[in-house]
Amino acid sequence: MSMEQVYLIIVLAPLLAALIAGLAGKIVGRAGAHSITILGVAIAFGLSAWTLTGLLNGSIEAFNGTLYTWGVSDDVRMEVGFLVDRLSALMMVVVTFVSLMVHIYTIGYMREDPGYQRFFAYISLFTFAMLMLVMANNFLQLFFGWEAVGVVSYLLIGFWFKRPSAVHANLKAFLVNRVGDFGFLLGIAAVLYFTGSLDYQQVFAAAPGLQGVTIDVFDGRPWSALTLICILLFIGAMGKSAQVPLHVWLPDSMEGPTPISALIHAATMVTAGIFMVARMSPLFELTHAALSVVLVIGATTAFFMGLLGLVQNDIKRVVAYSTLSQLGYMTVALGVSAQAAAIFHLMTHAFFKALLFLAAGSVIIAMHHQQDMRQMGGLRKYMPVTYWTALIGSLALIGFPGFSGFFSKDAIIEAVHFSSIPGAGYAYVCVLLGVFVTALYTFRMMFLVFHGKERMDTHTREHLHESPWVVTLPLILLAIPSLISGWLTEEAILFGNYFGGSILVLPSHDVLAEVGRHGTTPGYFLIHGLLAPPFLLAVAGVFAAWYLYLRRPDIPARIARRFARFYRLLLHKFYFDDFNERVLVPASLALGRRLWRTGDEALIDGAMVNGSARLVGWMSGVVSRVQTGYLYHYAFAMIIGLAAMLGWLLIGS
Amino acid sequence: MITVSHYLTLSSLLFILSVAGIFLNRRNVILLLMCIELMLLAVNFNFITLARYLGDSAGQVFVFFILTVAAAESAIGLAILVVLFRSRRSVDVEDLDSMKG
Repeated sequence: MSMEQVYLIIVLAPLLAALIAGLAGKIVGRAGAHSITILGVAIAFGLSAWTLTGLLNGSIEAFNGTLYTWGVSDDVRMEVGFLVDRLSALMMVVVTFVSLMVHIYTIGYMREDPGYQRFFAYISLFTFAMLMLVMANNFLQLFFGWEAVGVVSYLLIGFWFKRPSAVHANLKAFLVNRVGDFGFLLGIAAVLYFTGSLDYQQVFAAAPGLQGVTIDVFDGRPWSALTLICILLFIGAMGKSAQVPLHVWLPDSMEGPTPISALIHAATMVTAGIFMVARMSPLFELTHAALSVVLVIGATTAFFMGLLGLVQNDIKRVVAYSTLSQLGYMTVALGVSAQAAAIFHLMTHAFFKALLFLAAGSVIIAMHHQQDMRQMGGLRKYMPVTYWTALIGSLALIGFPGFSGFFSKDAIIEAVHFSSIPGAGYAYVCVLLGVFVTALYTFRMMFLVFHGKERMDTHTREHLHESPWVVTLPLILLAIPSLISGWLTEEAILFGNYFGGSILVLPSHDVLAEVGRHGTTPGYFLIHGLLAPPFLLAVAGVFAAWYLYLRRPDIPARIARRFARFYRLLLHKFYFDDFNERVLVPASLALGRRLWRTGDEALIDGAMVNGSARLVGWMSGVVSRVQTGYLYHYAFAMIIGLAAMLGWLLIGS
Repeated sequence: MITVSHYLTLSSLLFILSVAGIFLNRRNVILLLMCIELMLLAVNFNFITLARYLGDSAGQVFVFFILTVAAAESAIGLAILVVLFRSRRSVDVEDLDSMKG
C-alpha cells in the first residue's frame, strides 16, 4: 500500500464515519453511531502514529504530492494534496489522539442527550476537517480546512440550539472568525498575487526573492510585500487562535458541550493558527515587522487574558481563559522564532488542556450540570480519579517542574529572554507575570472545586459519585502524556532539529540554540528550572491561591472591594465585549440597514425589479390606447406616417 | 431661391393639415366640409405648380374643373347640412349614426 493511500485513509475514515453517523443515525442507532465514529478516528490515529514513528526512524520519507487537481485557471492550480512531514505528522497524532479520547469520553458525557448521533457525526467531521488543514500542501486546501473547522465549531457551539445563549455564542464565534478569515483570505490572495502560486513549496521558494518587493497599501506608503502577507495571514491566525482583539468568541464558545470545549476550543482547532504560522515560517522569518506584531499580540494575550481567569466563577470559563493565555504563549514563541517551542507547547497543551476540560466536564456531570465553582468544594473525596488527573493537568498547566507543560513553557520563556527583536522586553515581562497569574487562577479553581467546604445543596451532595469508566479512562489516558510527554520529547523537539526542513529559522534568529547552549537534556532543564524565576513565580501563585481560597476565604472579597475599579475592569473583560456591542455592532448594523434600505429595497427591488415591471405596464397601457379598432385611426396613422417619411426624405436629402 | 420643391412641400403641408383636421375635429360637419375644401385646394396647388414646372397647361385646365366641381360639391354639401340641421337640430358627426350596422 502506497503512502498516498495511507494518508487518504487517515483523512477519509473520520469523514466516512461522520457521514454514516450523521445521515444514517436513526438506522445505526446510538451504539452504532459511537462505535463507527470511534472506529474511524481510531484508524486515523493508528495510521498517524505509525506514520510519525516511520518518519522519525527514517523508514518513511516525507511526502509532498498532489492527489487531485480540482481545476486549472490561467496558471493557478487548485489542487488537493498532502504534505506530510514531521510537523504535520505530529499535528495529526495530537489531533487524532485527543479526538479519540474525546470520542470515548462523549459516550459518558452525552449519554442522555437526544442529539447523540448528531454530536458524534460533528466531532468526526471536525477530525476530518482538522486533518485536511494540517495535511494540506497548498493554501487553498489550508483554507478549506480552516473554514471547515470553523463551520463545525459553529455547529457545535450551538449544539444545544434551543438555548438563546448558545445561539448567540455560535453566531459571535462565527462572525469574529469571519473578521480573521477576511484577513487570511486577503493574505492568500496576496501570496497568489506576488508568487503566482498556491503551493507551499513554490511559495516558500519564491519568498526570498520577495524581500525587496514593496506595495502601496495606503497612499504613498510602501510596505514590504512579505510583511503585508505575513500580517494578513496572522490576522487569520488571530481569529482562529483567539488572540487579542479577536479573542472575544472563545470564552463564549463554552456554551457548547464540554467535550467540544476540550477538543475544538482548547486542544486542536484553536491551535490551527499557531500551526499555520509555524508552517509559514519561511515567510515569517524574513520579515521582522510581522514577527514583532506576532510577539506583542501574543504577549498581550498571554498576560491580560490570564488576568481575566482570576475573576471567573464558571469552571469552564476559567479553563477557557487559561486556554487564551496559553495560546498567547505559543504566539509569543512564534514571534521570537522559536517555532519548535511553540509546536512543543501546542502538543503538551493539547494533552493537559483537553485533560483539564474533560475533568471539568466530569465535575459538571457529577454536579448535575452546575458550573458555578461557588457551589462546589470538597469534591476530592467523592471523585478521586477526576481529582488526581485534574491535579496532573493543573501542575502541567502552571509549568511545575517535571510535568510536560514545564518544559514547553520554560523553553518559551527562556527563548523570549534571549530574543532581541523589538517587543521582546515587553513580552518577557508579560510571560513571566503570566506564570504567576496562571498558577493563581488554576489553583484557585482546584481549591474551590476539590478542596474546602462543601457548598453544594444536600440533594446534589447525596448523588455525588465518580463518573463512569468511559469518562475516567480518557482522563487517565490524557494524564499520562501530560505527565511524561515533556520528558520524552523535549530534547528531540527543541534542540534535535526534529522538524528538519519543515520549519525554517534563520541562524540570526535562532534563540532556541541560545537556550540550549549550556544543556539540552530534560534533567538539565529540570535543575535549571528549579532556580529560575518562572518556577518561583508559579510556586508563589499556588501559595497565594492556597492562602486566599483555603486559608482565608474572606480576603478575596475584601481585595475585590478595595480595588473595585480594577475588579470591575476584569469582570467586564477589559470592556472588549462592551466596545463591540456598543460601537462595532451598531455601526455595522446601521451600515447593513442602510445597504438594505437603499441598495436592496430601493435600488434592486424598487428600481430594477418593480421598476422594470412598472415600465412595461405603462408602455403597454400607452400602446393599447393606440389600438382603438377604428379604421380611420389607422388610416390617419398611415397618412401621418407617410407624411413623416416624406418629410424625412425631403429634409434628409 | 424658391424652387418647385418648396411649392410641393407647402401643398403637402396643406394636405396633411386638412387630413389632420378631418380626423382630429370629428365633431362639426362644417369643419369637415372646410377640410375637404382645403384638401382640394392643396391638390390644385400641386397641379398648378407642376403644370408650370413642366410647361404643360393641362394641369391648369384640371384646376378649373376641380374648382367648379368643388363649388358644386360644397353647395350640395351645405344644402344637405342645412336640411340635416333642420331635421336633427344638430350638426355633430357623432350623432349621425343611424346607418351603423
